Amino acid sequence: MESPALPPQGASTRSRRWRRVRRAAVLPLAALALSGCTVPTFGAAPGDTTSSRSVFHLWQGFSIGAAIIGTLVTVLILYAVLRYRRHGDAIPKQSQYHIPLELTYTIVPILIIIGLFAATLVVENKELANPKTNVTIDVNAFQWGWKFSYPGYSAVVIGQTTQDPTMMMPVNTNVHINLTSTDVVHGFYVKAFNFSRYALPGVLNQFTFRAVNTGDFFGQCTQLCGLYHSLMFFNVKVVTMPQYQAWLASFNNSSSASAANAFSTAQRQQTSSIVPSKPYLSKGAN
Amino acid sequence: MVDVLDRPLVMDEPAHESHGPSGVLKWITTTDHKVIGLSYTITAVIMMVIGGAFAEIIRAQLATPNGTLVSLAQYNELFTMHGSVMIYLFAGPFAFGALANIIVPIQIGAPDMAFPRLNALSYWLYLTGAITMLSGFFTAGGAANFGWVAYAPLSNSVNTPGAGADLWIGGLLLTGFSAIFTGVNLVATIFYLRAPGMTMFRMPIFTWNLLVTAILILLAFPVLTAGLIMLYADRHFGTHIFSVAGGGVPVLWQHIFWFWGHPEVYILALPFFGMVTEILAVFSRKPVFGYKGMIFATLSIAALSLGVWAHHMFTTGVVLLPFFSIMSLLIAVPTGIKIFNWIGTMWRGEIWFSTAMLMAIGFVVTFLIGGLTGIYLASPPLDFFTHDTYFVVAHFHSVVMALVLAAMGGLYYWGPKITGYLLNERLGKIQFWFLFIGTQVFTLPLYLLGLRGMPRRMAIYPHDPQWKFLNDLSTVGAVLIGISTIVFVLNVVVSWKKYPAGDNPWDGQTLEWFTTSPPPHHNFYRLPPIRSERPTWDYNHPEHRSVPHGHVEVDQ
Repeated sequence: MESPALPPQGASTRSRRWRRVRRAAVLPLAALALSGCTVPTFGAAPGDTTSSRSVFHLWQGFSIGAAIIGTLVTVLILYAVLRYRRHGDAIPKQSQYHIPLELTYTIVPILIIIGLFAATLVVENKELANPKTNVTIDVNAFQWGWKFSYPGYSAVVIGQTTQDPTMMMPVNTNVHINLTSTDVVHGFYVKAFNFSRYALPGVLNQFTFRAVNTGDFFGQCTQLCGLYHSLMFFNVKVVTMPQYQAWLASFNNSSSASAANAFSTAQRQQTSSIVPSKPYLSKGAN
Repeated sequence: MVDVLDRPLVMDEPAHESHGPSGVLKWITTTDHKVIGLSYTITAVIMMVIGGAFAEIIRAQLATPNGTLVSLAQYNELFTMHGSVMIYLFAGPFAFGALANIIVPIQIGAPDMAFPRLNALSYWLYLTGAITMLSGFFTAGGAANFGWVAYAPLSNSVNTPGAGADLWIGGLLLTGFSAIFTGVNLVATIFYLRAPGMTMFRMPIFTWNLLVTAILILLAFPVLTAGLIMLYADRHFGTHIFSVAGGGVPVLWQHIFWFWGHPEVYILALPFFGMVTEILAVFSRKPVFGYKGMIFATLSIAALSLGVWAHHMFTTGVVLLPFFSIMSLLIAVPTGIKIFNWIGTMWRGEIWFSTAMLMAIGFVVTFLIGGLTGIYLASPPLDFFTHDTYFVVAHFHSVVMALVLAAMGGLYYWGPKITGYLLNERLGKIQFWFLFIGTQVFTLPLYLLGLRGMPRRMAIYPHDPQWKFLNDLSTVGAVLIGISTIVFVLNVVVSWKKYPAGDNPWDGQTLEWFTTSPPPHHNFYRLPPIRSERPTWDYNHPEHRSVPHGHVEVDQ
């Protein structure tokens, strides 16, 4: 069989093709630069805590990288698919290796990964720092509801399935959360805070929120925990410090407090065999 | 000497070949890897249809915020069994039981698997396991309902007392043993039964990937088996391994499960990567671009996959985040190499858009989406934000739907080799477009739903009716995927023994295209000289051998 006629491989064709590839890669970047400081949200939201905003910026960074790489690879696939359709019975050149090219697409991704990892570490360390604070909330998850208690105060809020208990917390203050579970694994998730953490039986999970806006936010259990998992909601109400203090004080000598305490005692007696007496600290929280 | 070796290796074709019994008895008693592989294929495709039916019910339930199609309890059973059937009973057995069983021995010029009876045992264990797991639906308490990951302590006897959970554990143990035996068989076959000349670096990529898959099976599945026995002992003998009350550690289950579960992702994926690699090369009429780089990428994926399990546990708060984060991020590098090699294989080729090729290209595009979103999840802060939401569901459905595209490509590509008949290409292309578009319409809205805060495994979302539109869109995608499956079944019926394939319908490159379709009892009467990883191609196109980089062609 005679060797098939190859398309012209002259320098001019190749450089034109390269220019086209370069232009395809540069265009999205240029568009991004021209659009000024309005980096797209890529479907996420900045959220309402200091950490949620760092996470959001990390999200944007990852998304820009994903968009560039995704576009590049898609263009390459489309180009190959459209340009190299079979025309006849010719057999193309049987080239199999191109070491410099292969090394390039090994080393460049490694560098990108190192960059992404560095950015991840910065945000992670910031998000998981547990600075000293005076405001602590003990959050206990159980099938199928939440208990929010405030150490040092008589305030306790409990709610199951349809009752949607509310966690009160002050704005612009570091709020320390001690998260535990009474029975199975639950997920403590507040969408507006861009954060979730498991409530694990036998483990005390600790983390800190610093809300930057007041308002009502929605939370729910994200880890399958049995029959009423779909109904395990709670609310987070972020208020000013004076409002928070007043709310805490309202529990002293009020009938609602004793009712809540009675419920909580019943709850504790019911499940006391499962709650560990000395929960150990989690590594991730330090 | 060279001359002698370069002639085909020919054995005498026996005048009369005894195949033993025929019909049902043959199917039950056979140790022929092709018949066993075909049983695996049919069983796995039936499992795919069952798992798909569960998925359609789930999507129908979520079409309205307060869906009443199924109860909360039934919903938990449905998504548990959907995940279990698809992962344990379809994707895995299809990947390393079905096509591997049929194709690997032929690709390396072997007469059968190394341990034919063990191979038969694997299949029967798998079938028994599948029936055991599914029979949970017929028990009083219903099937298992703790999710396909069965997190302790939800999976203990207090929270999930039913027999369905025990049948789930039993079924999974049986299919796990089936996988381990297949792993042993594949490793032994590939190491000891290669034809003369078939060196390790002349093995097709599909066989290479199956070797690595089999090694991963041997490393990961025994851990799952041990974990399941612990779980069963906790449930029935009061061992308290995963219960706080008895001094146990619930999160230990997650470690054990994911130590199997993450390698399992690659146990599922690598065989399909191999299928796609073969299909892209054959239908571009080129060798696999970067053949050795591809093998090293597969090996590094396998090595890394053993050190990333805790990225499923970032939000537990009890794992070392940076270590598991960098290990997980690094997997993007060999995976990226594969994607670029796939593009390089098509580059300057002569691409024939058969159904198999369309499925393979559809795989690359869909897997690109699943791969890129996986990089986000390797970053703990971004995982805290998206964990257990639909973002994760969307990510792994992009990945597994890409594998389904590859599986379909594999059936269109290798089906003719086993049955001797081609499938209808026009129906195949209709199936491809339904499957490909359906996959994107199904998965892409789920990413947005996750970012808007919808957790997974919710039967109803009464607080958030605004999620309805995206859920509906996803349901439409699921219906399109369902239609594609119907088109596939229709295609099998319409094409039944209609289009004879011939020995080498696609101008294939590897050994399986050198023998007849279907191959004889022990696969080959003659073999071509094996001088590269493409013996059949070299034999058919001796003047078009592979050109290494920097090779100077001398005009004659």
